[in-house]
This record gives sequence, C-alpha cells and structure tokens, in this order.
Amino acid sequence: MISAAVASRIAQSLFLIFGVSVLAFVLIDLAPGEYFEEMKLNPQISPNTLAALRAEYGLDRPLAVRYGLWACSVARGDFGFSFAFNCPVWPLLRTRAWNTLILTVTAMLCSWMLAIPTGILAAARVGRWEDRLSAVCTTALLATPDVLIGLALLAFALHTCWFPTGGMRALASGDMGWFGKAEDIVRHLFLPVAALTAGLLPMLIRHVRSAILDVLDSPFIVAARGHGISGSRILFRHALPAAANPLISLLGFSIGTLLSGSLLIEVIMSWPGVGPMLLQAVLERDLYVVIAAIMFSTLLLIAGNLMADVLLFIVDPRIRKD
Amino acid sequence: MIWNTRLLFSAVALFLFLVPVGAGFFAPYDPTSQNRDLPLVPPTTIHFYDARGRLHFRPFVCLLAETGRLGSQEYAEDCSKTSPLRFFVRSERVYDGKVLNTSWHLFGSDTPAHVFLLGTDGYGRDQFSRLLYGGRTSLGAGLLATGLSLGLGLIFGCLAGYFGSWVDDVIMRGAELFMALPWIYLLFAVRAFLPLSLDARQAFLLLIGVIGLTGWARPSRLIRGVILSAKQRNYVIAARWFGASSLSIVRRHILPEVSSVALTQAALLVPQYILAEVTFSFLGLGVGEPEPSWGNMLASLQTYEVLTTHWWMLASGLALVPTFLLFYLCSDSLQRRFQVSDLSR
Repeated sequence: MISAAVASRIAQSLFLIFGVSVLAFVLIDLAPGEYFEEMKLNPQISPNTLAALRAEYGLDRPLAVRYGLWACSVARGDFGFSFAFNCPVWPLLRTRAWNTLILTVTAMLCSWMLAIPTGILAAARVGRWEDRLSAVCTTALLATPDVLIGLALLAFALHTCWFPTGGMRALASGDMGWFGKAEDIVRHLFLPVAALTAGLLPMLIRHVRSAILDVLDSPFIVAARGHGISGSRILFRHALPAAANPLISLLGFSIGTLLSGSLLIEVIMSWPGVGPMLLQAVLERDLYVVIAAIMFSTLLLIAGNLMADVLLFIVDPRIRKD
Repeated sequence: MIWNTRLLFSAVALFLFLVPVGAGFFAPYDPTSQNRDLPLVPPTTIHFYDARGRLHFRPFVCLLAETGRLGSQEYAEDCSKTSPLRFFVRSERVYDGKVLNTSWHLFGSDTPAHVFLLGTDGYGRDQFSRLLYGGRTSLGAGLLATGLSLGLGLIFGCLAGYFGSWVDDVIMRGAELFMALPWIYLLFAVRAFLPLSLDARQAFLLLIGVIGLTGWARPSRLIRGVILSAKQRNYVIAARWFGASSLSIVRRHILPEVSSVALTQAALLVPQYILAEVTFSFLGLGVGEPEPSWGNMLASLQTYEVLTTHWWMLASGLALVPTFLLFYLCSDSLQRRFQVSDLSR
C-alpha cells in the first residue's frame, strides 16, 4: 500500500525531471548565442575551423539529436561536456555539488532547530512580549535582503577577524588531522550558514507559529484543557504532533527557498559550491555545465518534496487510509 | 489606530515611489557624471556653525580636497572655502538618459564644492543621485515584471480553471515544470543563453521579460484554484443558464473573486522580483554600468577593501529594507483581510 503510493510519486518525479531537462534544452535552443559566438569575431579563426569545432561538439545537429546525445552521456555518467574546461561535466560538478549539499543541509538543520522552539514559544505566549519580540525580529529579518545579510556578515567577519572569509578550507588544511580538518570546515561554514539561516528563519518561525496557533484553537485542545491537562503537556504531546502536517509540507518547500538563497550567498562568500560554477558557466556560455547545475538543483528540490511526501505518509494515518 | 497605520503606509509608499520617479528633480547630480578626482568620498557634512561658532540659518558645505598624495583617497574639508546649500537650483546640463528630467533640482551648491549626501562611488559619481535613479530601475523592474507575470498567470489560470479538461491538464503540467526548479536557478537558466553585453535599456527590458515570463506558474495555479471554486457558485450557474457567454461570465462574475488572490500575490511578488533584479545586476547579468540600479551599485562591495572601509556604498542595499518592509506588511494585512494562506506561494 505504502510502496504503491510512493512508487507513483517517484514515477511522477522522474517524469518531472525528464520534463525539466527537455524544457532546459528547448529554452536554450530558442535563445540566441552559444559558446563559439565570440570566436566568430576573431579574424584568425576561419569559418571552416568554426564549423569543424561546432560539428565536433555536435552543435550543428538538430535539437532532438543533441538531446539524445546528452541523455546518452548522462547514462555514461558524464553529464555532457564542458567547452570551457574541455572535460566531462561530472568531475566538475561532483565536488561542487557535495559542497553545496554540506552547506544547505547544515543551514537547513540550523534553521529548523532554531525555528521550532522559537515558533512554539511565540505560539504559546501569543500576544505577550516573547511573541511581540519574535514578530519584530522576524519581520525585520524578512525585510532584509539576502545580499545585504551576506555583505553585512562578511564585513563583520573582516572587521573582527573571528571567522575566515571565503573558501571552504584553510590553505594548511592538508596537514591537519581528521579532527582539525572537520574543525576547519566548521569554521568556514559558519558565515554562509548564518547568512542562509537568517534568510530562511523568519519564514519558518512564522509558519511554525501559525501552524501551532491553528491547532491550539481546535476543539480537542479545549477539551484537553477542560480535563485539566497541564499547558506544557498539551503543547508538546497534543498540539505539536497535530501541527506536524503543514510543517512537513513546509520542509519540502523550504528546500527550494534555501537553494535559491544559497546561490547568491555562495557567490558572496566564495563558497566553492554550485552557485559560483553556474555563474561562471553562464558568463562563459558553457552550455552543458549550465544544464547540469540546473538539473542538480531540480533533483534536490524534487528529492526534498518527495521526502516530505513520504514523511507525511508515515506520520499521518489519514493520508495512509486514502 | 487602523486609519493612522493606513496613512503611514500610504505616506511611506508614496515617498518610496515618488522620489525615484521624480529623481530628475530630487537628485542633485547626473547619476553617470564622474568626478575622477573624488573617488569614494565619504558623505558630505552639512554645517550649521562656522569656524567661529556662529550659527548660519542657511547651512553650508565646505570644499573637499584630497590630502596627501594623489589617489590616497583621504579627504579633508577646507572650511576656509565654503558654499551655501542652495535650494531649487538650476543646472546647466540636463541628464538625458531617462524620461522625466528637469534642469531644476531640489538642492545643490555652488560649483567648486559638492553636496554628496551619501558620498561617491569609485568613479566619483554621486551615490545619492545614483540611489534615486537606481530606484527607478529596480522598483520599475519589480513592478513591471509583477504586472507581466500576474497578467500571464491570470490568462493561463482563467483558461485552465474555466475550460478544465485537457486545457487544464496541459497548463498545470507546464506550471509544475516551471515550479520544479528553484526560481533563481530557473532565472539563470533562461538568462544563460541570452546576450550578455546589452545596453542598459535592452538589459532592463530583457530582465523584466525573463523575470515576468518565468514567474507565471504560481499565480496561475492559485488563480485556477479560485476559479474552480467560483465556477460552482450558484450565481455563476444561474448566469450560464440565462445564456451569458463564457467571456462575460469570466469578466463579470469570476474575475472579481480573483482580485483578492491577485492582490495578495502582487504584494508578495513585487519584493521578490525587485530582489531578482538586484541579484542579477549584482552578479553582472542585469542592468550594467554606467546606468545605476540598486543591484549594480552593490557590485563594487564584492571587493573586501571597499566593503570594510566604505560603508556608504551599502546605501542601495539599505534602501531595500524599507521597500521590502512595506510590501511584506502590505501582503500581511491583505492576507489577514482576505484570509489567504501564504504557504502556497
């Protein structure tokens, strides 16, 4: 039963991924300009050489053939060919995708671990000073754009010299032991994670608060209160599980927000993730690197939504019954 | 209380949008004219008391000169040469880059001295003037792109919701495709293979097009949902039995229900799209130099040296905060009023 529903969701996701890849190819085919555009202006490169180059990379073929060739190279594990680096895309993408994953997963954990207690506190003390304070803080954070948060944190780090700015490892990290390496990465992670968390946190806190407030209004909570069950027990045993549903859907949704935010933060903090690679590829018109980065982000977002759906299925018996 | 809040809202909104629209009058200088001998000047101090401690009712500014060697970027005020701050001054040259310009300016000073309210950037251009003209670009891009994507969302949402069956299927599958990508990545995907070096006007229009066209999916899904429920209303069914045409049913009976969702969405989308323009110009993919935009004004902060010592370069980033605050508070109160949840965005 559970496996059938999950299998259908997975099939749907695969179809979506296929659709996005087709969409990416069509969009790029519609747009003017390609990697060899600038070579046309160079008088030392003859049109014949250019045509030969294009033929070598298969750019003169029709769209469907190019898509087929790309799909074959994905099946081989190459994910296309980078014009700028003159090598398959996968080795370029692998380390950067891993770095982005480290960053986003850490930021995700941090922001949820901060958002849940704060949201619960705000909901439990609705209207009191704790709630007001959190409302003011979340509104202020919500109104501060990611760019500004990133730049401000960077300026802070540069002034105090408490945190390393930019990069992921210290130069000497090769000489460190296992523990030293981990500590080094954590120190480098701090700033980008703080920036991403600050971007995601206000949205999460507001949703946690409103989800719990919705539940606290419902009749069964009033009944529990009437039975004389203590406030904290009501909050944690009765309200929190009942509020889990919208929060789990929010989990999937927040991955998209986080990925969008991390692109900019990675560029500002020079974190060696997918973001700077995508930016460089766009500037160099490195077609397959752009497509690979986009497919990576799609995959993450779809995986996140899938995870949320499965979790919802496990947590909520009502959905399992249907 | 409510009335006062509304008044405050409107006043702030009016200020935020009127000042960039009237940038030709409010900005003292041409946003693209350079003072190569005055790069990265800190904000000009406006004096009320002179060296002898006498109060001047007309404030004045002092002449600024670089101390030490050329290019040291250390400046000192030379208060033996002062220039009074003048209001409603007339400049010789009108900045001809944009519409709505006058040769009259709200304030200015006599020529050797300058009034740089927010300092200057690396080319000695007045940050305050750039902030105002940049507001035209950024706020304008946000508003126009929102109009575009809401318009598309309305059209597709109406088609999908009203006609149902295969039209609905095709449009909603398309929307799912567009929503399967994190939106900044989607923007990058579309921007990736459009020409990189464009003049400012083309880049501005291109950016609006890209942001607006890729953003249709969410509004159209929401609008479709509203229309699906509106279609079941008794008065709509009655209108159909009276022989009203599809177009008139949609226009007279269904679209008014959509307006609450559309307004709430607009209040959410405008800051998101302003941010998109800022992000793209910040990364060098949007509106380029020399035309100002709130994004490309921040771009120089990518060098650590500028970031640590020249705080006034953050001005355009700080200007985003009240703008966003306004839109978020606005969308909050719209949501409360129309009882729409914002998780669906």
